[in-house]
Amino acid sequence: MTEHAPSPPPLRRTLILGRIEPGSDEERALREIWEAPPGWRGWLSTVDHKSIGLRYLVTAFLFLIAGGIEALIMRVQLARPDAHVLTPEQYNQLFTMHGVTMIFLYALPVLSGFSNYLWPLVLGARDMAFPRLNALSYWIFLFAGLFLYASFPFGEAPNAGWFNYAPLSGLTYNTGPNIDVYALGMVLLGISTTVGSMNFVVTFLRMRAPGMSVDRVPVLVWGTLTASGGNLLAVPSVSLAFFLLWLDRRIGTHFFDVMNGGRALLWQHLFWIFAHPWVYAVVLPAMGIVSDALPVFCRRPLVGYLPVAMSTVATMTVGFVVWIHHMFATGIPALALSFFGAASMVIAIPSAVATFAWIATIWTGRPVFRVPFLYFAGFVFLFVIGGLSGVLTAAVPLDWQLTDTYFVVAHLHYVLLGINVFPVIGGIYFWFPKFTGRMMSERIGRVGFWILFVGFNVAFFPMHIAGLLGMPRRIYTYAPDMGWNTVNMITSVGAFVFALGVLVFLVDFVYSVRRGPAAGDNPWDAPTLEWSTSSPPPPYNFAVSPRIASRHPLWEERLSGRMRSQLTVGYVLNRGREALGTSALDGDPDVILKMPEDSYAPFWLGVASLVFFTGLALTAWWLAGVGLLGCAGAIVVWLWPRRELGQRDDSPDDDAPKSNNTRSPRAGATS
Amino acid sequence: MNNDAANRTPSRENLHGGGRVAVLALALLLTASPAVTHADAPLNYFLHAAGPAATPTMRLGWALAALVTVVALIVVVLLIGAIARRRSGAERDERHVHAEGGGMHWVWIGTAISSVALFAALAYVLVTLESVASPGREPTLTIAVTAYDWWWKIDYAGEPAVTTANEIHIPVGEPVKIQLKSADVIHAFWVPLLAGKTQTIPGVINEQWIQADRAGVYRGQCTQFCGAQHAHMAFEVIAEPRAQFDAWYASQAKPYAPVSAAVDVRAGAELFNERCAGCHAIRGTDANGAQAPDLTHLNTRRLIAAGTLPNTAQNQLDWIQHAQRIKPDSLMPSIALSATDAAALTAYLRTLQ
Amino acid sequence: MSDYADSLPERETLPIGSPGERSGGWWGVLTLVATEAALFGYLIFSYLYLASQTTRQWPPEGMPKLGLGGANTCILLSSSVFVWASERFVRRGKRGMGVLVLLTGILLGVIFVGIQLKEWHDHPYGLTTHLYGSLYFTITGFHLMHVLVGLIVLAFLTLWTALGYFDRARSAALTIGGLYWHFVDVVWLFIFATLYLSPYVLAR
Repeated sequence: MTEHAPSPPPLRRTLILGRIEPGSDEERALREIWEAPPGWRGWLSTVDHKSIGLRYLVTAFLFLIAGGIEALIMRVQLARPDAHVLTPEQYNQLFTMHGVTMIFLYALPVLSGFSNYLWPLVLGARDMAFPRLNALSYWIFLFAGLFLYASFPFGEAPNAGWFNYAPLSGLTYNTGPNIDVYALGMVLLGISTTVGSMNFVVTFLRMRAPGMSVDRVPVLVWGTLTASGGNLLAVPSVSLAFFLLWLDRRIGTHFFDVMNGGRALLWQHLFWIFAHPWVYAVVLPAMGIVSDALPVFCRRPLVGYLPVAMSTVATMTVGFVVWIHHMFATGIPALALSFFGAASMVIAIPSAVATFAWIATIWTGRPVFRVPFLYFAGFVFLFVIGGLSGVLTAAVPLDWQLTDTYFVVAHLHYVLLGINVFPVIGGIYFWFPKFTGRMMSERIGRVGFWILFVGFNVAFFPMHIAGLLGMPRRIYTYAPDMGWNTVNMITSVGAFVFALGVLVFLVDFVYSVRRGPAAGDNPWDAPTLEWSTSSPPPPYNFAVSPRIASRHPLWEERLSGRMRSQLTVGYVLNRGREALGTSALDGDPDVILKMPEDSYAPFWLGVASLVFFTGLALTAWWLAGVGLLGCAGAIVVWLWPRRELGQRDDSPDDDAPKSNNTRSPRAGATS
Repeated sequence: MNNDAANRTPSRENLHGGGRVAVLALALLLTASPAVTHADAPLNYFLHAAGPAATPTMRLGWALAALVTVVALIVVVLLIGAIARRRSGAERDERHVHAEGGGMHWVWIGTAISSVALFAALAYVLVTLESVASPGREPTLTIAVTAYDWWWKIDYAGEPAVTTANEIHIPVGEPVKIQLKSADVIHAFWVPLLAGKTQTIPGVINEQWIQADRAGVYRGQCTQFCGAQHAHMAFEVIAEPRAQFDAWYASQAKPYAPVSAAVDVRAGAELFNERCAGCHAIRGTDANGAQAPDLTHLNTRRLIAAGTLPNTAQNQLDWIQHAQRIKPDSLMPSIALSATDAAALTAYLRTLQ
Repeated sequence: MSDYADSLPERETLPIGSPGERSGGWWGVLTLVATEAALFGYLIFSYLYLASQTTRQWPPEGMPKLGLGGANTCILLSSSVFVWASERFVRRGKRGMGVLVLLTGILLGVIFVGIQLKEWHDHPYGLTTHLYGSLYFTITGFHLMHVLVGLIVLAFLTLWTALGYFDRARSAALTIGGLYWHFVDVVWLFIFATLYLSPYVLAR
């Protein structure tokens, strides 16, 4: 064919089954295509989901430590009655930031970290659907976290509780920048959460390996998918609430302005409509981690995959109609409360399904007592206690006594640490070999687990009792004759024991990163796809597209089915960064996706967003304008259609009628 | 798995032992807890209830606590059993994985039993809700409670009206309606031995009822975070027989009556009007501040500073001079007084009976 | 040899880069539509909640005038028709018509903005005057922001179409941007119903 101009990138291509041997030239070329540049350039521009996932994990853990230190300081103040370690203002800022940090800057981001790293690997994909958007969600999370802490060093951290009720958070009672930082920081963080959720949903619909039908995806994927769908619908409620609050405070609107027809309860509705689904968003992926990893240590597939997957979705769905259980004491009529109370009790049923599935998996399997198993077994115990105390708080008249006492503090810590932190640490022990190629220490891990488990229960179980004795929440001190002295001292001691356990875990982590023994590809003999790659995985994840035939590709020979996955022979996709797109339900190959190169646009868009929100916080409109222009510029650069991504087709031959688009391309154009 | 055979046996026994210890510790903690719930806990609604707005809830609490304890114990036993049960030889092969099926009956049976228990509990909850949500008969008394940062204004709309602060009196055995208002932010009114809590929301009037079937002093507390001194916003409800309540009411309704023309009392009154009347009121005098507790019958109260200190002359002086040390960031300033001023003010305050 | 029912075929010819519908970006903008729809849902919830709790006359200045708002609604909806048509033209290779029709859609959108600003100007109250003003200007303001963003998107789509980027085979951006614009128009229907029509229905 005459070539008077470079032929346009072909619009179709025939994929051929093939292999790419490890160590071959082809493999090396593939690696080079996918590897990020070294040094700070790579650091700022990488879109590799594995790097982004690790960043999320490390950053979330740093926030966990910050939130933990805040808690320890509070526990020193509360260990004895009438203590003067902290002033009331200091205490109020600490308990607010403790909540904000743990709930927003640790609990979801740590799960985003796991999911970002693992999803493409367990789904058999090369990356997430939107790699640049993935990078953006991290940068905005980091910047929002820094923004939320920006006023802390000046002693002006948010101080009206993480729940930030109006009118206490309004301008009349809170004149400083504290709440403005909180409000705007949360809107910024909401952007990160939203784009992250979008990425997960589309990745699920688009990027699963051929043969991975929806009933073969790991439960972690169900958990994160459900959480992401929930977040897409719930996050706007809190972003709106905070934005309206900021408008009230700095622009002079009247949404929560009681003197002018505004309503304090509007805040509570908008906040809890978000915050209740949010608590499921921060536990369902972690339950998915357990559902996927526990079976490995029971040497059998999970009992009841379908019921567990469905209970995940059911929990999130019902989770949207229970928010009023945070508002039982607001004077809403009892009839309305009955409905929400009933729903709040019924939501325990899907959790029971999952709990019995886990117990059945252990019972009918053969436990292998490595460190991850300890965390997952401990998780089941803590989950049950947290869930059961929740049943008490769901009982409307009893909640009228329990709410706003330490009973709820006990409940929320059992569910949040029990269902998020314990599976997370177990998950880190489990996947550390895959992330780093090394094993963590069994011995140190065991010591760490028992210190954490004992410390946790010593710290938080007595809080049930303190609550039943009437100790209210959010008080900076208490009188010596209320009967709360002993339980508080025990709790404070337990808190420090727990902190010691965290320290032991961190020591193990740091030591093992450097000196842990080599792990190999699949040290746990686990069944899912990520364990078929090297440890750590190559930048391209899979050299050829795997074909999946069951939920447990690496156990197929030992399980009774006849289906066999194909992991070493598949379609070769190595003309630049490419991935295979598949259909939404069945996972049939659909399209060759052209994936983006590393880019600085997400970083710059993150910076411009930060500038914009800083301008708003300082009511420096010019600065906000600069930020907005920066955002617009970054977005235009990002979204400008690119030939190599198949987004445009403007070759010189363009105006000639394209008659052969749906038939095979001209000879020679496919190679 | 690598090295599993070597590690497996000893660690299994360790866990078995460790698991046993954990269960034992838990049982100990649970049974030891009554020792911690000493009767000297005035807000202990779990073991004590003094009226029909609280007693059904207390019983519900026991029932649900018993239910969840049983469930938790069953799950713990099942979990430990699942972990510790003996496995047959075939399963011990390292590479062996159990088939995918099996075990579903656990899920169905466990969920079915849990659901039945849950629905039974729900039914009991709704019955209890019905009985505590409203009184069985018409309330005989209505009290308006307005929550302020960080004290409670109490208004009885009788003929004559009574205004006091931080101490509520009610007649024994009669349902009392409480109207709840807020002067600033959201607070919550809670006297646990008599009833559940309800938020006081600015712009809205909420209502709840309380009833004390036994005479006594019942402590209450704000239970919605309201700012700096949320921790020190308590109150008391004193239930007394009808005759005594009427006598109390009559004496509270009287305005201030000067009982002494002594020099220091008059000096103290002048000082009060100068320094305190901007916020405080004493009915019957020129002092009619509306932002702080009404002090007309100050010395009939048991506590001051919203339940923070016993009401003695020394504590009153201490409060006036060092409020910001006792309740930092509260709206009561620390007022410096010379020795003579302090004596005069004390003399005057002593007359507020 | 493999022993499973549906194996990967030896060869399979697939499109490169998504041709339009069901592209990654299409799903992505659908999720954006879902989350933004939720946002407007919460705005409408706030309005209805506050309206249901008010003790005064609502709206304070009397019933909303429907004429200008109604006409504006028609203008905005018609702009969606033009945007939709432009996509069809480009997919048929008629790039010039596509650009023209897109420009018409943009013009109608600009007219919508102009009329909305005039309506704003004509109200005797502002954002901070009273609660109703806060609600009205915030809700219509949020929508106006989305319209402005949508107009910028349409402008870029027009530019890219004129530059010849899109044709029968490649027009995903038009589908994606068009979807966003249609969402902005549909949401206006809900806002119109809530702010302009519901006071008549809910009048006591």
